[in-house]
Amino acid sequence: MMKLTRKLFNRTSLLPFSLAALACVATLPNQAYAWEPTKPVEVIIPAGAGGASDQMARTIQGIVVKHQLMKQPMLIINKGGASGAEGIMDVKDSKGNPHKLMVAFSAIYTLPIAVNLPFNWRDLNPVAMIASDEFLLWVNSDTPYKTAKEYLDAAKKANGAFKMGGTGSKREDHIITVALDKIAGAKFTYIPYKSGGEAATQLVGKHIDSNVNNPSENIAQWRAGQVRALCVFSEQRMVYKDKITKDQSWADIPTCKESGVDVQYQMLRAFFLPGGTTADQAAYYAELLKKVTATPEWKDYVAKQALKEVYLTGADFVKFLEKDEAFHNKLMHEAGFAAKK
Amino acid sequence: MEEFSALFHGFAVALSWYNIGMMSVGIVLGIVIGVLPGLGGPNGVAILLPLTFTMSPTSAIIMLSCIYWGTLFAGAITSVLFNIPGETHSVATTFDGYPLAQQGRAGEALTASFTGSFIGAFVAVLLITFLAPLVAKFALEFGPPEFFAVYLLTFCSFVGTGKDPAKTIIAMMLGFGLAAIGMDTVSGELRMTFGWSELLRGIDFLIVVIGLFGVGEILISMEEGLAFEGKSAKINMKVVLETWKKLPKYWLTLIRSSAIGCWMGITPGGATAASFMGYGIAKRFSKDGDKFGTGMLEGVIAPETAAHASGTAALLPMIALGIPGSATAAVLLGGLMIWGLQPGPLLFVEQKDFVWGLIASMYLSNIAGLIIVLTTVPLFAAILRIPFSIIAPIIIVVCAIGAYSVHSAMLDIWFMVLFGIVGYVMKKLDYPLAPMVLSLVLGDRAEAAFRQTMMGSKGDLEIFWSNSLVGSITTLALVMLFWPLISAAWRRLRGGTKAARLAA
Amino acid sequence: MEQQHQRSQRGLTHAAADALTACVVFAVGVVMMIDNHRIGAGWAPDGPESGYFPFRIGVILCIASAVVMLRSLFGKERKREIFVPWDKFKLVLMVLLPTIVYVLAIEFIGIYVASALFIGAFMRVMDKYSWVKTLSISIGTGVVLFWLFEMQFLVPLPKGPLEALFGY
Repeated sequence: MMKLTRKLFNRTSLLPFSLAALACVATLPNQAYAWEPTKPVEVIIPAGAGGASDQMARTIQGIVVKHQLMKQPMLIINKGGASGAEGIMDVKDSKGNPHKLMVAFSAIYTLPIAVNLPFNWRDLNPVAMIASDEFLLWVNSDTPYKTAKEYLDAAKKANGAFKMGGTGSKREDHIITVALDKIAGAKFTYIPYKSGGEAATQLVGKHIDSNVNNPSENIAQWRAGQVRALCVFSEQRMVYKDKITKDQSWADIPTCKESGVDVQYQMLRAFFLPGGTTADQAAYYAELLKKVTATPEWKDYVAKQALKEVYLTGADFVKFLEKDEAFHNKLMHEAGFAAKK
Repeated sequence: MEEFSALFHGFAVALSWYNIGMMSVGIVLGIVIGVLPGLGGPNGVAILLPLTFTMSPTSAIIMLSCIYWGTLFAGAITSVLFNIPGETHSVATTFDGYPLAQQGRAGEALTASFTGSFIGAFVAVLLITFLAPLVAKFALEFGPPEFFAVYLLTFCSFVGTGKDPAKTIIAMMLGFGLAAIGMDTVSGELRMTFGWSELLRGIDFLIVVIGLFGVGEILISMEEGLAFEGKSAKINMKVVLETWKKLPKYWLTLIRSSAIGCWMGITPGGATAASFMGYGIAKRFSKDGDKFGTGMLEGVIAPETAAHASGTAALLPMIALGIPGSATAAVLLGGLMIWGLQPGPLLFVEQKDFVWGLIASMYLSNIAGLIIVLTTVPLFAAILRIPFSIIAPIIIVVCAIGAYSVHSAMLDIWFMVLFGIVGYVMKKLDYPLAPMVLSLVLGDRAEAAFRQTMMGSKGDLEIFWSNSLVGSITTLALVMLFWPLISAAWRRLRGGTKAARLAA
Repeated sequence: MEQQHQRSQRGLTHAAADALTACVVFAVGVVMMIDNHRIGAGWAPDGPESGYFPFRIGVILCIASAVVMLRSLFGKERKREIFVPWDKFKLVLMVLLPTIVYVLAIEFIGIYVASALFIGAFMRVMDKYSWVKTLSISIGTGVVLFWLFEMQFLVPLPKGPLEALFGY
């Protein structure tokens, strides 16, 4: 038994090194980086194991290993305490460490506002944005509502009796709920759960009336016909045309705007280095992520999770961040989520 | 029956040499990971997940779930030997396991705990095999009020008044207070962090437990004369057979704990809550209940059986509904997607080979796991013979690594030392540690469930009796809380000398 | 807590230790009440506010610790024997102080080197093992831990200058 274990260990720890050397010659013939990692790279996930950010990072890790894209190993570390503040502060405090990457989502804007966290994304070195995640309005399929309009009208009539579930408090799901309240005049009772998975289960069990989960958080229940997607909070419909349920694909879901509820929200999925790192270092990881996003495994993953493919780096990425930050700032203050100073 | 043929087909899938090899690798790795505090099932599975991308999904999940079995089995080892719970769900195992080891009966305690684990898991696998679709629906019945009722029940079934009510209350409240530190998930506000960003993440249960039990115990043994007692642990395989002879008389405890575990696993109450409830209920209903905590085999079997039943049953909602019943299951779930399988209600329909292969492997791997861990009993019991001056610093080192690796934070090692001193003082002054640990582990979850309920009901408490499920759990919890009074009253009603003695 | 230990050198009675601990608990309770009152400890229309439970926990802590304190000061059954006799407490300090030094050392030289030194020092001072035995066990443990955590499980632990030499 121990022999087998050892064999397995050897395979994992030694093979990548020797093969990576070979692979470098084979796949990257003329590529010379201004900088390359010299130590194992830690990827900090400011979220718990098993969530959407975690899955994405582990998929990328798998792709990097499989295609020998990096000579050094990649370690995934979950620091999901305090809605991600734990991981964000850890990366902020690792000034000048080029062997630490952070997976970012909208918490980088909302947390500083909601709890006075002494953090701003400008404290970090932006590497690249690789996708954005959609949000949808879901109801239990036993309910009669077929469109967002019908559902929100009913919610308005119920005057506070409808329950909306979501992940955490004063975060993206909560922001969308408040925006819906404003535009549609509905008064949802927002119930915060620990994860999107929990919110999905609670919707199937009819403990809540709706949720605004990401596609990946509700896809299983959708396919099984337990929940119904009413609309997507985005400018355009999603692009994936393969049938997911018996008769619907992601592209068949109307936007909320089409249904007369103009609420739009998307969440970035991006990578950052700690502050004090160089442009060369950021460029290395941006290039690495570019290669990752070109693999068939990544295309497959993106399609399954119905992520919107966006690749932004350098000045474009910074411009996006500034705009997105201002957007969140406005939403958070309008919703009354800003902490008392 | 359809299940039988499907299961036999599953055995055919699982029973290849390659898969059996993967099973053994998984279990041995799981044991190593489980023995090291701080490294838990989620770590082990997460770390090895990338390796499995090239395997077939069935082999991969067999190996990964075996790591999970391994950690479940092994969590008890350090609890029994050094009073350090290797995993959160083995805290309750220390209460009687460690006293047994001190009496030189470590081999017995380990055998009982492993066997209990095996039986718990076996019952849970039977449940998964035959009742999965039915039971999976039951999990959906659980909303916030039901969760709160379950936590209340765990609490009420465990907590007794103890020797000194004031001190019991202090210990319990300190646990609740510690649990409240950090971000409050319901309102998103920070509590008791005093502007200190290191406190944002809260103080992890494991760090407190490693400090209170592990470091505190070393300080106590130092004062009491430089050594862990119980060096005379028997180290041969005979102890396994001797212990097995004693086990059948605990059949009721085994059944009870298995049932509790299955239930808590399906409704994601978790293995930790299950182990406490298993211990508490066994203590309350055993005829030797008052001797619990002094080294009773029953007190080792009860929490371990429940923990393992729950850990296994936690895979049921994952397979049947795509809901992770535990953190490890959540990582496994992520794995399923990477292998190109979509977890969820359709998995049973679309991926028959995979599902039944996994279920069949649960039977095989639990048997293989039991055999492997039992052969290690003499080995682990022999660790107690290592001189104190060598083992004590090694234990402290392992504790420090464990405390650090929970959040990769240096501060946590300092907290561990601090709680070591707190544990030492509390023990010397007869403060009970168990209520503190229990309230620490359940405190914030119970509070979150309670407040989610209140948001839904607009502050109306009647919701805890609003349907038959939540109503009966809440009522059961209250019965448990007042059980000593109820049973005394019952006996007095029936009269007799025994009642007089009990009431006095 | 630290204060108690120093006092005990002069012969702290069990009852006095009890009272002191109760004082500490009382202080914890007061801090909890103040901080949670700040964030709101009432019952809002949608259920309890975030400070509701912790505030009440603080109150209960104060009451219970007052009971323990009064009983330890004036109770009939209070224990008057010494909390920890000095000779025994010396033994406790023999573990506690090196542990504190050890944790401090982790910050500077990394956990692996610190662990090897800690184990080695313990073996030499307490049981006077031979140098060969001491070195092989202490360094061996350090190396095994390094192999296990850094190389196999890929769990990064605190590292110092020595590990940096090897490129970690």
